[in-house]
Amino acid sequence: MTTKVTLTVNGQERSAEVEPRTLLVELLRDQLGLTGTHVGCDTTQCGCCVIHVNDKAVKSCTMLAVQAQGSNILTIEGLAAPDGTLHPMQEAFREHHGLQCGFCTPGMVMMGVDIARRLPGADEKTVREQLEGNLCRCTGYQGIVEAILSVANPGAVKEHHHA
Amino acid sequence: MGQFGIGQPLRRKEDPRLLQGRGQYTDDMNVEGQFWGAFLRSPHAHADILSVDLEAARAAPGVKAVYTSADLDADGVPDMPCEVELADLAGAPMWKPMRPILARNRVRFVGECVALVVAQTQAQAREAAELIEINWSPRPSVADAQEALKPGAPLLWPELGQNVPVHWQNKPSTEADAAMAGAAWRVDVNIVNNRLVPAPMEPKAALASWDEQEGKLTLWAPTQGGRKIQANLAKRYLRIAQDKMRVISLDVGGGFGMRGQTYPEYVALVWAAKQIGGAVKWRADRTETFFSDYHGRDQVNEAQMGLDEYGRIVALKIHTLVNLGAYMAENGPRMPIEGGGRIIPCCYHVPHFYFSVKPVFTNTVSTDTYRGAGRPEANFLMERLMDAAAEATGLTRDEVRRRNFITEFPYKTPMGYVIDSGDFARGMDDAMRMAEWDTFEERRAEAYSRGYLRGIGVAAFIEAAGGRAPTEDMRVRAELDGSVTIFSGSHSHGQGHDTVFSQLVNEFLGVEPASVRLVQGDTDVTPRGSIGTFGSRSSMMGGAGIKMSCEKLVAKGVKVAAHLMQSEPDAVTFSQGVFRAGASEMSFTQVAQAAWDATRIPEGMTPGLDEGHNFQREAENFPNGCHVCEVEIDPETGIAEIVRYVAVDDCGAVLNPLIVHGQVYGGVAQGLGQAMIENALYDAEGQFVSATYMDYGMPRAHRMPFIEVGFNTVACRTNPLGVKGAGEAGACGAPPAFIGALVDALRDYGVTHMDMPATPEKIWRAIYGAQFDTQESDGIYAEVT
Repeated sequence: MTTKVTLTVNGQERSAEVEPRTLLVELLRDQLGLTGTHVGCDTTQCGCCVIHVNDKAVKSCTMLAVQAQGSNILTIEGLAAPDGTLHPMQEAFREHHGLQCGFCTPGMVMMGVDIARRLPGADEKTVREQLEGNLCRCTGYQGIVEAILSVANPGAVKEHHHA
Repeated sequence: MGQFGIGQPLRRKEDPRLLQGRGQYTDDMNVEGQFWGAFLRSPHAHADILSVDLEAARAAPGVKAVYTSADLDADGVPDMPCEVELADLAGAPMWKPMRPILARNRVRFVGECVALVVAQTQAQAREAAELIEINWSPRPSVADAQEALKPGAPLLWPELGQNVPVHWQNKPSTEADAAMAGAAWRVDVNIVNNRLVPAPMEPKAALASWDEQEGKLTLWAPTQGGRKIQANLAKRYLRIAQDKMRVISLDVGGGFGMRGQTYPEYVALVWAAKQIGGAVKWRADRTETFFSDYHGRDQVNEAQMGLDEYGRIVALKIHTLVNLGAYMAENGPRMPIEGGGRIIPCCYHVPHFYFSVKPVFTNTVSTDTYRGAGRPEANFLMERLMDAAAEATGLTRDEVRRRNFITEFPYKTPMGYVIDSGDFARGMDDAMRMAEWDTFEERRAEAYSRGYLRGIGVAAFIEAAGGRAPTEDMRVRAELDGSVTIFSGSHSHGQGHDTVFSQLVNEFLGVEPASVRLVQGDTDVTPRGSIGTFGSRSSMMGGAGIKMSCEKLVAKGVKVAAHLMQSEPDAVTFSQGVFRAGASEMSFTQVAQAAWDATRIPEGMTPGLDEGHNFQREAENFPNGCHVCEVEIDPETGIAEIVRYVAVDDCGAVLNPLIVHGQVYGGVAQGLGQAMIENALYDAEGQFVSATYMDYGMPRAHRMPFIEVGFNTVACRTNPLGVKGAGEAGACGAPPAFIGALVDALRDYGVTHMDMPATPEKIWRAIYGAQFDTQESDGIYAEVT
């Protein structure tokens, strides 16, 4: 038994037949071929699967595909400008070495965009607390926090010792 | 150093791709018509398999096949060996068990693979696995190494008669005993070094595919190189030509030492793909990844150190238990003896050293290499001993270290390794100055006035980098279009090789990094002698291989340039990407392009600038450093906030400071994770109770500090680039720096040591323990009046 779901993904209308148990992230990855959104756990802890649903950060492993009917979805693949210019948050992650293996990165960047939009002027402590739901095993979070701060609150970025 | 060359903080070339979701991780790969695999795993820590009924599973919707050990045995697929050879002092070899790919008759840990189901969809495979009926007969189990030594403990291998397969010692203890007896001071430290889950963010996954036309198998999997896995799969398990097995690991979501192994799942999946003549994909969930990836650490260390009246070490005795798990992983028993043994007793001169190691079998998943692989354990033990020595002698913590640092190089360690260089005292001075150690007491007093407890800790450490394998194979090819391709035996799973190796090519050939392409992680195209990345070896092994390859390109390029510029090779020079002969000059790119044209090169020369080098190292390198950690404890909650963290590292010559800093940050975070919150916990029944991200204490952003990094560079003398590894240093320095700070903060409460992880609960109990009953009652601790 499947249901047809229609939604807007990265500005394009897409539809697919899904099972009632299909997760939104499975729809994106397995059926729409958008493999930039990753799955790192199954308990809503790691945040590798964060996307934007109607302009809010959402863990796409914790939402059923059928719940996204009619939604406006933005994934990591749709964040850069159509001409390939990186979004300021993507550029900040590169500038501040906010990624190593890259697996948590799509979720981190989508979360970072959400934090900077909701909490302009946020301090370092706030940014760290806001990342409660996003795990990274490589970076110690240092470059990630610096990257998000550099967009949300440029004055709060500590002096860069590696120039 | 040029704009893009050695030492520049070049931003990473790999980032634009990864930042736009264009990574190519194993689970992103699919093959048309693929089936899905699911493993049935043991729910018991220890049990006999009395019978297995596969009928319902085989009849379930979409099921293609169900395999057990009987199928593998029928096809002659061998069990998995441990590669470590050890002997006791009398020369008796270590007893070694083999691990079946799928359990045969008995399971020995929770999560052990029992059966593989292959079906059309993942859901069908998982549902069918649940229909397999097994008649279990549970046996008593033991998960803790110390418990496993007690008389009457359940035996993992009854044929061995005990749970210890060898008692390894470096020598008899006679000399150390005698020196210890004459010591002015003796300090004892007993430590449990907690078991950790490596937990890279990418869950374990694999895609195995059989190509009938080519007669060839391909495995996509998150490895740290793949050549060794290719050889194992082809030669040992499938008995096919090595070239008929291809292993691909393009992007890998973290390795940390435990993704280099040939896991049983990989063997079962490639074998199954060949059986069904198609492709089988498998995607572990997080819990399955926790169950099946090898774990790290899990040692018990008892040590005694003797010092003379001046506070100089005269003798050291260490007794170590290492929990192997139920089987022996590829490197398992190697961790304390060779992993840590390469540097033990760390930064200090120890005249008489006795070292005893007992590996212990328990009903847990195997332990193996995890970031540092024995060195974090060794450094933690030594630094706890040095703090204890300071306490006993009345010397300050830095002074007792200073009096014992190794100061003359090269230095041969008691275990026979030769440390080429270092300046440990300068590193400690730098770290203490950056951390404002001198004014700490003012900060302690200020915190106390607010009701908080402050402490500061210092930890010196040394590492051994370069990995066990002494060679690495690299190839550099100048292409017709002016670009340069690196075919790399080293493998990046986050370390930024595309960037750093491009900087090396820029340094040696003058080609811009944007015109350099890195090819890695595909055994069809990477060099045949490639080994991979582990043990912080890529800068030295891969880097040197690139340098030597580039030198060969230039040597050949000189001949081509001389021919083109109508000069003699002796008259041609090469610097900063330009060949010169008198007034004539040609860029490297011009010469490289011409070199592919047989009509433009000297007669008899093979066209093209395409050279490889299998670099053989002279010695490993020895990164070292000193970390200072300052904590502030809220006595009401037991939460220890890290208010300052300084890391001064000697990583030798720094190829890219941005990336080296990143390695230090990540290593420190994993070290702090171990010290503060991580614990792979098995309960009394052998159930692995911290097998999700909800239950296992992963370091999160709000518990991690801002880390200040400094370099205390002493170029390595034994490799062409002067580099030392950077990947594992942080994990060595952070645990003793944090625990040292914690103990310093709690000294008024009589705390002299706290085992890791030092959770808020443990800290709170250290403060209030005297007032509270420690008997647990429904999880609530009752106050004793």
